[in-house]
Amino acid sequence: MKVLSDSVAIMGRLLRNLARQPWWIAISLAQPIVYLLLYAQLFKRVVELPGFNASSYLTFVTPGIVVMTALFGGGWNGMGIIQDLDRGIMDRFLVSPISRVALIAGRLLALAVTTLIQSAILLILATLLGARFDGGVRGLVVLVVSGILLASPIAALSNAMALVLRRAESVIGASNFIILPMTFLSPVFMAKALMPGWIQTAASFNPVGWSVDAAREALQAQPNWSIVMTRFVYLGGFAVLSAWLATRAFRSYQRSV
Amino acid sequence: MGVDPDLPPNSLAIEARDLVKVYPNGARALDGLTFSVRAGTIFGLLGPNGAGKSTTVKILTTLSRADSGVARVAGLDVLEVPHAVRQAIGCVAQKSGVDIDATGRENLSLQGHVYGLRGKVLRDRVDALLARFGLAGASSRVARTYSGGMQRKLDIAMGLIHRPRVLFMDEPTTGLDPEARADLWEEIARLSRQDAITVLLTTHYLEEADRLADRLAIVDRGRIVAEGEPETLKGELFGDAVQVEFDGTAPESLVRTALASLTGLREILVDPHHVRARVDHGATAVPSMLAALEAGGVKVASVRVARPSLDDVYLRYAGRSFSEADQGAPR
Repeated sequence: MKVLSDSVAIMGRLLRNLARQPWWIAISLAQPIVYLLLYAQLFKRVVELPGFNASSYLTFVTPGIVVMTALFGGGWNGMGIIQDLDRGIMDRFLVSPISRVALIAGRLLALAVTTLIQSAILLILATLLGARFDGGVRGLVVLVVSGILLASPIAALSNAMALVLRRAESVIGASNFIILPMTFLSPVFMAKALMPGWIQTAASFNPVGWSVDAAREALQAQPNWSIVMTRFVYLGGFAVLSAWLATRAFRSYQRSV
Repeated sequence: MGVDPDLPPNSLAIEARDLVKVYPNGARALDGLTFSVRAGTIFGLLGPNGAGKSTTVKILTTLSRADSGVARVAGLDVLEVPHAVRQAIGCVAQKSGVDIDATGRENLSLQGHVYGLRGKVLRDRVDALLARFGLAGASSRVARTYSGGMQRKLDIAMGLIHRPRVLFMDEPTTGLDPEARADLWEEIARLSRQDAITVLLTTHYLEEADRLADRLAIVDRGRIVAEGEPETLKGELFGDAVQVEFDGTAPESLVRTALASLTGLREILVDPHHVRARVDHGATAVPSMLAALEAGGVKVASVRVARPSLDDVYLRYAGRSFSEADQGAPR
């Protein structure tokens, strides 16, 4: 199928270009690693609060940081579109018979691969620092999938925004404006039961919250799989909506050239 | 001039009729633009920056849509069957579309893949194009390390990967040094001669249009103001252009009085440093012009006689000199 083979070709291009600049992966990991080291120390005793319900803060916060890293990766994804627009690569693709869907889908596939690599590095580091996950390998797989299911629709929106705004500054500004609040209006750093009521409500409508819920649940010794499944369904719906918006954004771009 | 086997002889490879395009900011880029290109020829769209050349190319290559009018490429309507048009055309945009983080070979391979080439067919085609454009030695270097001329050649090779019937080149030599430009001109002429490709070339270099185009159209403010073979367009202008440069400056009244006694001078233009005129025979008119100027007290520094150029053609049809229009127009 043309959509699929075009998507894989685009993914190949992006991953190959990325592999030529490994420092990029190092830089994008620096922030989550600092969070992992500092937050785990800073909030070490938070788990002693009644109702927190976790054995160690490091174990608690690791899935949050894996999800947050995926979220940031998704939010920055539109920068690649800006670069392709600036370099004339986007116009070259748009006058070719390449599938428009593949122009976005190829980016999301490449993002899934980089998210997988980043998550693995973070999980290895957390384990070395002493985090223990009762859910085992199955739980860790669900954690990584939750991250990718969050990163993809966020990336699709970031791509749509890049096609409409077409300026790096606008995309950086807009994604910071959305992504930071999304992180703090979710149980990434704090147990749900101890968050203020209105943030709990916000978190239940927040894709970051869905992703963290699914991941933490799957990492329990006896996970409640219906929680994981409902969150995955929400994230799937969010992905469909975002993908539709992203392909619409091409029309907006082509109207303006 | 080659022959396109897929199109009947003398058929039209490009037809643009009454194209109008108004951008959201109100700028009227195209204002009823009409022209057509016979298959197998090189057609030049000549005009200053902002005349509407790039907009025309964007519409013909399906990147942008006209507000009204009809555009057909290789017999296909760009609005009705954009996908078929995309498969039939190759594009070399004004701005290079090379992925500078990828090698020459990777750029070509991905481009071929997009057009449906696979396996050995793709590899052979990539090798052939790398060799043809002298990039074989640099094929596994990332394009970031290429010179401007090499990147442009890679752009053209990518535009040709699927053997398009019509190739669009938007300002292909802008920003190249003279040597690379001459090199590219030969390559473009070869496309039409050997590969039987129809080429639509936009340029704001008069010399380039003169050298390459079988036919050309002059675009100004979104309309075609003149169209024909370069020689015919130049032939429509009578006589030679004479330009006399003063030693210092001279008042216009003095110059005009000095030249008033001479017959056969037309289209006299005076500025503080020069006088320009059109005469039937430059070689015989010059001595009497110089004598009249000296007698009138105007000191002459140099004199130049020229056959009509496309610049003159442009001046006549667009009503302003080319360089003036080029500077005054927004990009």
